[in-house]
Amino acid sequence: MTSLDHAVHRTIGGTADTTVDTAKLRADFPLLSRTVRDNRPLVYLDSGATSQRPRQVLDAERAFLEQHNAAVHRGAHQIAEEATDAYESARARIAAFVGAEPGEVVFTKNATEGINLVAYALGNASIGDVDAEVAARFAVGPGDEIVVTEMEHHANLVPWQELCRRTGATLRWFAVDTAAGRLDLGSDPITERTKVVAFTHQSNVLGTVNPVDELVARARAVGALTVLDSCQSVPHAPVNLSTLGVDYAVFSGHKMLGPSGVGVLYGREELLAAMPPFLTGGSMIELVRMEGSTYAPPPQRFEAGVPMTSQAVGLAAAVDYLSTIGMDRVAAHERMLTEAALTGLAQVPGVRVIGPTSTEDRGGAVSFLVDEVHAHDVGQVLDDRGVAVRVGHHCAWPLHRRYEVAATVRASFAVYNTLDEVAALIDGVHAARSFFGVG
Amino acid sequence: MQLNQMYQEIILDHYRNPHGAGLREPFDAESFQVNPTCGDEVTLRVALKRDDAGVQVVADISYDALGCSISQAATSVLTDLVVGRTVDESMTILDAFKEMVQSRGTIEPDEDVLGDGIAFAGVARYPARVKCALLGWMAYQDATARAMSGSPSEASGNGAS
Ligand SMILES: Cc1ncc(COP(=O)(O)O)c(C=O)c1O
Repeated sequence: MTSLDHAVHRTIGGTADTTVDTAKLRADFPLLSRTVRDNRPLVYLDSGATSQRPRQVLDAERAFLEQHNAAVHRGAHQIAEEATDAYESARARIAAFVGAEPGEVVFTKNATEGINLVAYALGNASIGDVDAEVAARFAVGPGDEIVVTEMEHHANLVPWQELCRRTGATLRWFAVDTAAGRLDLGSDPITERTKVVAFTHQSNVLGTVNPVDELVARARAVGALTVLDSCQSVPHAPVNLSTLGVDYAVFSGHKMLGPSGVGVLYGREELLAAMPPFLTGGSMIELVRMEGSTYAPPPQRFEAGVPMTSQAVGLAAAVDYLSTIGMDRVAAHERMLTEAALTGLAQVPGVRVIGPTSTEDRGGAVSFLVDEVHAHDVGQVLDDRGVAVRVGHHCAWPLHRRYEVAATVRASFAVYNTLDEVAALIDGVHAARSFFGVG
Repeated sequence: MQLNQMYQEIILDHYRNPHGAGLREPFDAESFQVNPTCGDEVTLRVALKRDDAGVQVVADISYDALGCSISQAATSVLTDLVVGRTVDESMTILDAFKEMVQSRGTIEPDEDVLGDGIAFAGVARYPARVKCALLGWMAYQDATARAMSGSPSEASGNGAS
């Protein structure tokens, strides 16, 4: 077919066994071979914030722009057809990657926009002149409750606070058991009044994988909608959203080897079909008159304006890349790195990991504190050695408050990381302690 | 190693033995500042008095800070540089300090104005740490403005953002 297919179907590192050939794989990621500060090889342990992109993704974006760029769903000329085909093919491949139908995948700017889309759609179902059936399904108001958890990223907390503020609904939350690093399921705030249960699949701070089945069952029992923040799960393990049974889910392209500026809102087909729009304008309409308009079926109803296109194509290339490695293998590789990090950190005096200390139901975000050395200072010493980590509250301020700490250091892994890089992290933590005269 | 440029001995000394730490009475105004990117915070109080010529002078600065070495040391150095000065002089020092740490390393600091504060010139090369260095200084600016305008009451500020 087109040059696109050549770009995305090149063979990728990894052999027949379950291990990832990182040396081969890393050659696909130009950025990983650069140096930082005083010519230190970069050790990139911040993929939880954003991941690096392989050439296959960059090539796919470039090939699209050089050969097929046009406004999608808008023209009758050949290039517009090709662009639309590339965009819709991207949707289909990304949908298949998470076990969804193409019509269940809405492209958004990122996960944050996806969550806001749902929150605003519910808000729009709650005000003004609304169809009774739509209101019955989606409206929230005084007396209704929205449930989140204390371990949410601000992206899955603040939009719900705002929806409550606009509609008069009340926000409730599951507490976190700090000793275990897991949700305290006994703190269950779900009641007959609950309209929405929004929670993270995998914590971006603790690494904790939450019991989706259990939470979905509890939400369903009271007829509440579920919203899964799968930003930190979809990039790192096989995820089938249909099997999980959630109503909505979101993830971001830039955390899964793909471009920034593209993310996905997944919604079950019949929910998207019934849900009112958030952003309105061109491309999302069915019929427009001066007196009023009707809207296109999903997913177009939720994609107002000319969408990001090369980014969607790039994200499809990223899921092709991940699929070629195999998500089971990605997960196994990252589990090995996480295990090594947890073991290594446990041996550094005065280091406390925030979150589960075994790899069971746990992903590769490892956040920790170093006694008597502030997270910023640990991060600075690591940075000086070429090790890039994140420091601060990682957009989960209430969770840090729960742990009674202002800031932690977070190392987060992706499929391209190596055991040597974990060793560089541990060495760097030792170095930070000695630089600040601790221990 | 670049680390030593940022963490000059003076900074580490102030961090280990912060000057003027703790919250004291009496005071004219108080400011609470947080760094929204990392959650570090400082509560800082300013006590002013009039000197013989009737000019406003900084009588005391007291604070309670939760933060990294850079923010703690910068607040400690602030108290050394500013207590005993007139409010006008303190604002000149504050402007010079701000200008230096926001300069990306392009400004040669004046030791006559900034004293130990020149140790933070290295921080200017690390844009992510500039807010750390300014946290206590922004609290000082805010508290002093409140004291001068006679509105000492606390409002959660965000001056370092
Ligand atoms: C768990 C989680 N949810 C939501 C987000 C928000 O993602 P984005 O900033 O790409 O919208 C992130 C990443 O920052 C995250 O880690």
